[in-house]
Amino acid sequence: MRIWIEKQRNVIDFTLSSLARRKGKNIALLLVYTLLVFLLASVMFFTHALRKEASLVLQGAPEIVVQRMAAGRHDLVPGTYMDAIRAIRGASDVHGRLWGYYFDPVMRANYTLMVPQDFSFGEGNIAVGHGISRSRFAYAGDLLSFRRYDGEPMVLTISEVLSPASELVSSDLILISERDFRRLFGMAEGMFTDIVLTVRNAKEVATVAGKVQKLLPDTRPIMKSEILRTYDTIFDWRSGLIVVILSAAVLAFVIFAWDKASGLSAEERKEIGILKAVGWETSDVLLMKFWEGTTVSLSSFLAGVLLAYVHVFFTDVVLFEPVLKGWSTLYPTFKLVPYISAYQVATLFFLTVVPYTVATIIPSWRAATIDPDSVMRS
Amino acid sequence: MIDLKDIRKVFNEGKAHALTAVDGVSLSLEARQVTVFRGPSGSGKTTLLSLVGCMARPTQGRIVLEDREITSLPERFLTEVRRSTFGFIFQQFNLVKGITALENVMLPAYPLGESHASLKRRARELLDLFGILPRESSRSEWLSGGEAQRTAIARALINDPPVIIADEPTAHLDTKLSREFMDIVARLKASRKTVIIAIHDPLVYESPVIDRVVTMRDGRIEAAGP
Repeated sequence: MRIWIEKQRNVIDFTLSSLARRKGKNIALLLVYTLLVFLLASVMFFTHALRKEASLVLQGAPEIVVQRMAAGRHDLVPGTYMDAIRAIRGASDVHGRLWGYYFDPVMRANYTLMVPQDFSFGEGNIAVGHGISRSRFAYAGDLLSFRRYDGEPMVLTISEVLSPASELVSSDLILISERDFRRLFGMAEGMFTDIVLTVRNAKEVATVAGKVQKLLPDTRPIMKSEILRTYDTIFDWRSGLIVVILSAAVLAFVIFAWDKASGLSAEERKEIGILKAVGWETSDVLLMKFWEGTTVSLSSFLAGVLLAYVHVFFTDVVLFEPVLKGWSTLYPTFKLVPYISAYQVATLFFLTVVPYTVATIIPSWRAATIDPDSVMRS
Repeated sequence: MIDLKDIRKVFNEGKAHALTAVDGVSLSLEARQVTVFRGPSGSGKTTLLSLVGCMARPTQGRIVLEDREITSLPERFLTEVRRSTFGFIFQQFNLVKGITALENVMLPAYPLGESHASLKRRARELLDLFGILPRESSRSEWLSGGEAQRTAIARALINDPPVIIADEPTAHLDTKLSREFMDIVARLKASRKTVIIAIHDPLVYESPVIDRVVTMRDGRIEAAGP
């Protein structure tokens, strides 16, 4: 075992000095390789962390949201529907929600307005998300004017700017009282945007949803699991979009790496001949080439992954923000919680390190099987 | 020590441009002697050296090394024989460029798994033996002809092989350096090494250190010497 370790040590030692001899070429390769891993890892880390974040946010969400449908569109739901739902065994904490969107022509942005169950600031007051506060330069105590459904102006006072910790979901959010909400949108008393309910037993969620549908045929119950799936699909689609764009870069790299790795120069061939002539076996030469490929690809992989980690979790993904976070005018600025999936890192490893290492070994194997006496004739 | 039996080596056999480099050579080489193969260019000296040194296989015939027939050995075993039995000094020295003289000397021993510190110590001892220790950290391409050759000799000796094979070792040396080389050969002989040299330099084959001169022409032995 000791001999084996010493052998690896000696061969690695020689490999490193070999790499140092072709500094320019290897540094260029290392940079391109690192950049590629960095881009791919950034997309992976970011979409994964976002998905994780979304699922954490939704953890506290109700199990079922009931929407009323009219002509295939989401319609307001009468409060009387809640009585029918409360009668279903297993359904609890049934209440109506009021929320909607308000287009601000000044900012050309959509705000999400929501009436919380326990709004403590009272009528005439609102709490706004950080995105709105930032873009409108509006802070606690300032007034914010809206245009009502009938064209009349409506002025509300900002009582609080929401905590930046929840910015992913609250950047464009305005919390408002029920009465102000109904006045702003002209929504009749007793009507709600949708109804939410909690189901104590997780196994009964689908059954309760089925009962709601049966009791109230013009409604659409949406389960939390369906929302999570939708989030997943959206993030998968967006990351897929980036990966498609990056595939051109990947292809360019593959050609570059193949050319570098497969095309042994005359000097490299001669060197392999010398090594064989002085007593190296074909397997020793391949071992050296294996370490060479591994050193280049592993260093690039680690550097790329590390840079991507910093990019995603410390610089707010400056490069891909517009595509991955959404198209809204009010981009949330928030720090993602670092979360990396071992499966993803392993996939990236096998897609980058393994092909390159193989590409390095194959041409050397061809060169290493030649008779060493070619050196005598050079 | 080394018996060659009816050795024949044909390059590109069966093709229009086939070339017979060695043609029916039978010879016995004694241990601890300095044997020289001499002859004009193309006489088959280098090919014969590469066959003796297990660098290539003969097309026909057998080579026996200390009662062991080595011609039919698989590549791996042949490499092992080459590594443990022969040290090579090439005409162009064939030092690996870009690494130091010391690293070049250590190179043949890397796959053997000797500890780096002990290997380095032995390599430095060899460089010291040939008076080039002060140049140990110099890259091989910065060495003069004489220094490069002495580095190549040190490399040939790192695995302490019983046989040293040298192909035209003085081809790139002036008279003074060629004489120094013959001094080294004398030291090798004194340390009970078998030395086989292919040369057409009279300074070498007329040297008193040489025990036997084998003359070759057109792939055959013209005179096998005493």
